[in-house]
Amino acid sequence: MSDAKRRSPAARRKKVRLTLVLCGTLFLAAATALTLSALQENVTFFFGPTEVTEGKVPQGATFRIGGLVEVGSCHIREDGVTREFRITDGSNAVLVTYAGLLPSLFRDGQGVVALGQLDTGHSTFVAKEVLAKHDETYMPTEVVEAMKRAGTWKGDESVAEIEASGTSDPCKAKA
Amino acid sequence: MHRFANPSQFMRVAEAMLPWMVALCIPLMAAGLYFGLWASPADYQQSETVRIMYIHVPSAFLAQGAYIVMALGSASFLIWKHPLGDLIARAAAPIGCIFALICLVTGSLWGKPTWGTYWVWDARLTSMLILFFLFLGYLALANAFDDPARGDKPAAILAVVGIVNIPIIKFSVYFFNTLHQKSTLFGDLFSSGEEAGASGLQQPDIAAAAAQQGSALPPSMLLPLMLMLAAFSVFFLILLVLRLRGELATVRLRALRAGLRAG
Repeated sequence: MSDAKRRSPAARRKKVRLTLVLCGTLFLAAATALTLSALQENVTFFFGPTEVTEGKVPQGATFRIGGLVEVGSCHIREDGVTREFRITDGSNAVLVTYAGLLPSLFRDGQGVVALGQLDTGHSTFVAKEVLAKHDETYMPTEVVEAMKRAGTWKGDESVAEIEASGTSDPCKAKA
Repeated sequence: MHRFANPSQFMRVAEAMLPWMVALCIPLMAAGLYFGLWASPADYQQSETVRIMYIHVPSAFLAQGAYIVMALGSASFLIWKHPLGDLIARAAAPIGCIFALICLVTGSLWGKPTWGTYWVWDARLTSMLILFFLFLGYLALANAFDDPARGDKPAAILAVVGIVNIPIIKFSVYFFNTLHQKSTLFGDLFSSGEEAGASGLQQPDIAAAAAQQGSALPPSMLLPLMLMLAAFSVFFLILLVLRLRGELATVRLRALRAGLRAG
């Protein structure tokens, strides 16, 4: 009490400004955190297959679905253009159809994000755009090759096919 | 501590350190570029485009670092009226702005071959774009007045307010589903392995293979990245001292002119 009284007006003003800046920044950070958590659904770039099968996605609207390409699920339809594959998160999967160019990283087991809409029957996701999602793992090509030679490679076999053929398309025409 | 708040005292120390920083930066940058562009392996998925990382990641790091310097300088100017705080903020702003631009451009060039698109409006990319706009806004506001000193306070307030964007950039890849991958370098701090499997869309078998190699980033790629991070950091400090010299000279010139007019 007496300490505060003895302080010069300049020092007091500094203290006030310090409190103002600190409190202001804290309030602003809290407001931003609350806003972002309230808008989480809008900020979310994609929904997972489970959210789609549980109906937690915007109905009748365009949204993105993200997951892994189910191994061996990709086929080219009779029209020769449209591909269908399943996007899975391990527990649920959604059938996706797409008539367009796939990114070069697209392959079995790859993380992908597709933009589109559920069809009227809510069974198929009709994609307008498919992007590959790169994960945070980096590995030298030589290490992967060495691990394959040693038989210790636990990754996806189609990686070898990409390197061999220069194409990553795992989709086969429907027999 | 307050001794260094005196701009001339601070500059005396900074000027003495400048040649040492240059002597440190050149070999770091040369080694970083050599290991980054030649003596490091191509990635098994991205092949040669992985080398963009050695520019992209340090630029992103320094853009955010420059913003933090700018915001702290502005805060000390607002609270304690340290003239040095404002000078440091003004000196850091254009450097951070260019680092943010480099980060956005290199990321976009990497995104096209990897993701299949130059740009998406996900939380990470958007918050990084906002950081770039904050730098532009600060520069516009700080230089908007005929008497530049009048721009000090509003620009400083903008810089302090914008600091909330920094944690958003950092944690955007953990709080939201984004197309941008999570952090490779400091990833273990924020995500458990199980989380990385499903929401991070990492293939479980690839994660196992990565565990086999010991880390998500092998030493042969970690070395150039660390060298470039160090080189960019020292380069930032050099640019900061050089720009600080200019800002200080401008202020002194302005004071001299004002003195002449008054006299």
